[in-house]
Amino acid sequence: MFQYNKAAELLSICISSKMALAEVIIQAEMEESGLSRDDIWQMMSERFDIMKNSIINGVEKELKSKGGLIGGNARKLYLNLNSALSGKTATKAVSYALAVTEVNASMGKIVASPTAGSSGILPGVLLALAEDYDYPREKLIEALFVAAGLGRIIAINATLSGAEGGCQAECGSASAMAAATATYLVGGSPEQCFNAAAMALKGLLGLVCDPVAGLVEVPCSKRNATSTANALICADMTIAGIQSFIPFDEVVEAMHRVGQLMSPDLRETARGGCAAVPTALKYEKTIKK
Amino acid sequence: MGAGIFEVIGPVMVGPSSSHTAGAVRIGAIANRICGGIPARVNFYLHGSFAETYRGHGTDNALVGGILGMSPSDERLRNSFQYARKQGLEFDFNTIDLGDVHPNTIKIVMHARDGLIHEVIGSSIGGGSVLISSVDNSRVEFSGKYPTIFTSHEDKPGLIARVTSLFADRGINIAFLKVFRYSRGSDASMLVETDAQMPADLIGAIGKLEGIKSIVYINEIYS
Repeated sequence: MFQYNKAAELLSICISSKMALAEVIIQAEMEESGLSRDDIWQMMSERFDIMKNSIINGVEKELKSKGGLIGGNARKLYLNLNSALSGKTATKAVSYALAVTEVNASMGKIVASPTAGSSGILPGVLLALAEDYDYPREKLIEALFVAAGLGRIIAINATLSGAEGGCQAECGSASAMAAATATYLVGGSPEQCFNAAAMALKGLLGLVCDPVAGLVEVPCSKRNATSTANALICADMTIAGIQSFIPFDEVVEAMHRVGQLMSPDLRETARGGCAAVPTALKYEKTIKK
Repeated sequence: MGAGIFEVIGPVMVGPSSSHTAGAVRIGAIANRICGGIPARVNFYLHGSFAETYRGHGTDNALVGGILGMSPSDERLRNSFQYARKQGLEFDFNTIDLGDVHPNTIKIVMHARDGLIHEVIGSSIGGGSVLISSVDNSRVEFSGKYPTIFTSHEDKPGLIARVTSLFADRGINIAFLKVFRYSRGSDASMLVETDAQMPADLIGAIGKLEGIKSIVYINEIYS
């Protein structure tokens, strides 16, 4: 009765049931999993705490990644917050996103959201807004349900895997989820959450997955950073009343088709893009020894 | 990918890669169950992308952690080699060409403490999900997502019925059942995957049936 496969269906269930977006997503998960509302809430609540811990670890510690290509960038940006051109909250969100990717690359604990390679974006946006606007914990968990339900629609109708759809499927999807989360937190309607997500995913359409030496470090970490800023800008545009011309469900369909058109060289195989330039190939030789 | 919201926000895992790290832990953990615990020595043979990128993805730490019984979210994975030394586990990494298989495939050869040798071949097929394709030279196909038993038994009439009736007696639904044998009347294997957990007394009762030579229970790989 709460089952949805598309944004349009989810929005119409919100209207017919007179329930909030997050609640419809929770009810649908209860139906599908057979778990109680308390169990489902608890599971999301635990994920929230793990996200928070991964940010604290990444900002405070100078972590060295397994491949040795990234580390310490989250802290650098965090120390520069007060003079940031793009504003304190946005820069904090980007710093937090970098932190999670640095924890991930150093074999620390993270929540894949939706994947390990794109795990910084959603926590970055969520925790920066949590700190700067002081939202109650309950609302932050609800915002995670909104992101999860939206990501589920992408998983059903397209893909969340870089090997299948390129980075647009990972960082693009994560940015759409984070844009909806931010829009929800500032009081946007369910329609506005999907509007922000549509713009965020459009902005990253066609993004290729080209990990240097096949590792989740370069350009993944900094793509998490730019995708985080993208999410916040799309939430701001939405709140200002800017409409996405293409509705969310159709952007997801477009992303799916673009992924199918993409050469396998640009889908996580490390044969194209940044992975195939001289600097990358030189590095690759050194670590395979 | 499935359609649950906790597969979108999740899994909780130690990075950096769901396929090269989390999936590798799970293949190692399944091998641990098949060996009946931590072996004395293990040889890892990495194929394809595993062979090319295993150091940078911590696939080596992940596999050793899995063999030690760790889960994909265990923060000790990063230091799994130290824990291996403490537990007296010796290990080595080799690269291999296993032919036309999934790019993230590994062969694990375990020298158990009781002197037996066990071999497992598995692939990490994306998002941390795995597929085991061979156990002790029997071709199999299971993911470890369900509670699973794997037997070695004599190829005799009635044995499978006696096993399934033990499940029926306890009201446990069998989701998948596969049987294999080398040749008529020789050694055979059975793979049973169920919806509910299998209690210890059920595993014990199956193990005591005439003709069952060994049984392993593979559980809690995805929890």
